[in-house]
Amino acid sequence: MLKPTILFILLLMIPTVPAWSDVTALAKGAAFPELTLPQPKSETAAAYLGIDHAAKTFPLAGIKAKVLIIEAFSMYCPYCQKEAPLVNKLYELFQGLDLAEKVKIIGLGVGNSDYEIQVFREKYAIAFPLFPDKSFAIHKLLGEVRTPYFWVLRLDGQGGSRVVYSKLGGITDVAGFLKLIRQELGLK
Amino acid sequence: MNGFGRIRSIAAVICNLIICLVVISSAQGQDLRDGIYEVGKLKPMDSRLKVKVGDVAPDFTLPAVAGDKIYLSRFRGRNVVLSFVPAAWTPVCSDQWPGYNIAKDLFDKHQAVLLGITVDNIPTLYAWTKAMGRLWFPVLSDFWPHGAVADKYGVLRLDGMTERALFVIDKKGVIRYIDVHDINVRPDLGVLAEEMDKLPHD
Repeated sequence: MLKPTILFILLLMIPTVPAWSDVTALAKGAAFPELTLPQPKSETAAAYLGIDHAAKTFPLAGIKAKVLIIEAFSMYCPYCQKEAPLVNKLYELFQGLDLAEKVKIIGLGVGNSDYEIQVFREKYAIAFPLFPDKSFAIHKLLGEVRTPYFWVLRLDGQGGSRVVYSKLGGITDVAGFLKLIRQELGLK
Repeated sequence: MNGFGRIRSIAAVICNLIICLVVISSAQGQDLRDGIYEVGKLKPMDSRLKVKVGDVAPDFTLPAVAGDKIYLSRFRGRNVVLSFVPAAWTPVCSDQWPGYNIAKDLFDKHQAVLLGITVDNIPTLYAWTKAMGRLWFPVLSDFWPHGAVADKYGVLRLDGMTERALFVIDKKGVIRYIDVHDINVRPDLGVLAEEMDKLPHD
């Protein structure tokens, strides 16, 4: 039996994890949780995602794409606000390339209501679909990351998805990011 | 577009993205997050309201971070939203006002003035609001006598902070909506928008 003082010292030596740490975020190689999202309000968004607009909800893995980029954001987060024009440019870039059908982007509004994601959408003229996560339910499943957080998923078309990129903060290496996506698609 | 034109346009977009990233990196030099103090979960409410819907909002004068003094009564003829937040440099407060900062159109649409209030002193508020970015609405200091305005409204907590509270005041100075929110949770902007929709249109 350990003496209380030794036990206390050993306890002090256990590394602590701050509340804001992202160590629980889904890392590269992990299977992404099977999320169910609410039907987007606009038919354009449903068409972009290639999903049935009549259903109330749809599975994330059912999005018609080979690669899916997900941004966890909040309309209240100044970093997400600063990042928004850049993410728009990424979206436009993909739309202008031969990857438009294969690569899709969505945003998850962490702790945001329908109204709040609408404010964000209008403020930054965001053309890709945004989904509310008012109760933080999805946020919990995704490791309670800080925002903005980006994941890139490889969808297998069979309902499965694998994380190929997982990062807190802006996409700082755009060329490397595009290269990664092309590699995932087996393109040069 | 030929192959060369296509490559040139892609290169131009990538250059733009890189320029954006440099701007973002420098803007994040003064990182708001680095200064945030984790307060943990607090007692949801810890005060007793002293006003109610239908009352004339108690008048006050408070110094603003910009250097001027703000009188509530000066806004008669316009709607007013008072946003009390508990303390500078704390987690929920530090992302409530940045959200309002991109919703100016909502307040303008309702001819509403937004006034942010905390019990912090001016130098603290100066540093905090600067780290948030440029806020379009006045931020007022209810530091001294400590929390006197918050106390008039009944939202001064026993620990000296204020509640996370919203008061919507109409053009005649009458309180039309009060939300003393759970201090740990950010109020939904959609609810505030609905309440502003209900304000008299005269």
